[in-house]
Amino acid sequence: MGRVAIIGVGQSAFSRGYPGSIRELCFEAYKEAMQDAKAQNKDIGASVICSSPEYDKQRSPAGVMAEYLGLTPQPTFYAETLCSSSSTGLKLAYSLVKSGLHQSVLVLGFQKMSEISSAESQERMGRGADIQWESPFGTMMPAYYAMYARAYLNHYGVTEEDLALIRVKAATYGPLNEKAGFKKAVDLATCLSADPVASPLKVYDCCANADGASCFIVASEQVVKDLGIAKPIWVLGVGAASAPVNMAGRDLFTGLRVAQLASQEAYKMAGITAKQVNVAEVHDCFTIAEMMAYENLGFAEPGQGKELIRAKATYKEGHIPVNVDGGLLSKGHPIGATGGSQIRTIVLQLRGEAGPMQVKDPAIGLVHNIGGVGLYGNVSILGR
Amino acid sequence: MAGKDKKEKDLRFAKFGTVSFTATTKVNDFIDLMEKGQVSGTKCKACGMVFFPPRADCYNCLTSDMEWFPVAGTGKLVTYSQLMYAPVGFTEDLPYAIAVLDYGDYKVFGRIGDVPLSEVTIGMELKTEVNKLPNGQLNYVFNRP
Repeated sequence: MGRVAIIGVGQSAFSRGYPGSIRELCFEAYKEAMQDAKAQNKDIGASVICSSPEYDKQRSPAGVMAEYLGLTPQPTFYAETLCSSSSTGLKLAYSLVKSGLHQSVLVLGFQKMSEISSAESQERMGRGADIQWESPFGTMMPAYYAMYARAYLNHYGVTEEDLALIRVKAATYGPLNEKAGFKKAVDLATCLSADPVASPLKVYDCCANADGASCFIVASEQVVKDLGIAKPIWVLGVGAASAPVNMAGRDLFTGLRVAQLASQEAYKMAGITAKQVNVAEVHDCFTIAEMMAYENLGFAEPGQGKELIRAKATYKEGHIPVNVDGGLLSKGHPIGATGGSQIRTIVLQLRGEAGPMQVKDPAIGLVHNIGGVGLYGNVSILGR
Repeated sequence: MAGKDKKEKDLRFAKFGTVSFTATTKVNDFIDLMEKGQVSGTKCKACGMVFFPPRADCYNCLTSDMEWFPVAGTGKLVTYSQLMYAPVGFTEDLPYAIAVLDYGDYKVFGRIGDVPLSEVTIGMELKTEVNKLPNGQLNYVFNRP
């Protein structure tokens, strides 16, 4: 069986209040990906629509989007793993193409979070954990990640300033990304003096809700040939794992077990090691999440992630550039669209088309996308 | 016919936490035990596997024959966080801290009770106690032994 490629990518701007409906939001990402691949709707064999429920009112959005985008009567599926929904979409699309069931599959992730208030959104996200045994205590995502941060800082002697350095890096690159929702510069002092959200995490340690959509097209080698795709980006590895939903079931609080497992699977499938990765997009929903990702992906030994950020090794000019598109911290985090946005950035990097964000001549890129509080881990490896 | 022979629903679990999101569960006796001042987990009678939070079914041996055991003694504080913002329905509880205690065979997720946060340190021994909330609901909290 042949290789599987990504032949087109697109995304909407990520913003605080999209002035249109969810289908119109999706169209923006779809249009860009289809134009990128120079594909027509007849070239798409199936679609996977990815989002997380209870922000908008639409039930079963797959059929609605397929119709609006002109992708009926082809089959369409809905994929949901909270914040990693569209990386799950990649794994499904890869499987469908690799198996020969479909020659090309379009993956579209979206979220319009501005339809509800921020406090309602926290309640929804909190219910992306254990609603029977945890939510009744008043949980929310920042507090869950803050528990990881507390354990991590305490165990390794890492400081809140080290975490803030990650936000400063994100704020360096937000202005370079025309699609980012948050382009304002943030300096170290601002990060450190910000109000606490859930100790030890403060306002600038946390990404913001956003509206957005992302889209990519996964295809067989035959389709790459038929459509004359000049720069196909190959899917080299797709790893995924799950963890106990309740914190009481977790065996590790200084890292995410799902990220370790997913990356091991992805590296093995791609036949590479962490050292061979030239550029990465990691799930920095909180600064602590990027710090743990450095270690869980093998870019640094456990407890040594701080050395990477202190030495600016994860900046654009460093030896392992991470989130040089601004990350979730600068782009904003429209749940279902985030994975596709990360994949888009890596595809553009590998093609050499990332504009002001471009790192020097990368051959292999990695996407780390986490759903919930380390509930779902997804690591994808792409290559030229 | 409407109302005829309608079995009364067992909604005891609606009493769990500031806001409960689950009313009906096969481990509803957890609430009765809480009313008696006991926080409990379940143990599989067939294979001896221990579960907290309690569950009705054992995935290990595929049986549903469980017995209750009390969460007794102290556990070590694994981690915690104090919330300054809360989701809808919880703002009146602010500020509060959520935490995980490790009892060795199992862990417990809950809230820190009346230990001042300045005195909270990872690794300290705490016990799990039933707590009556101002709105009449029940939860459990971690306090000094």
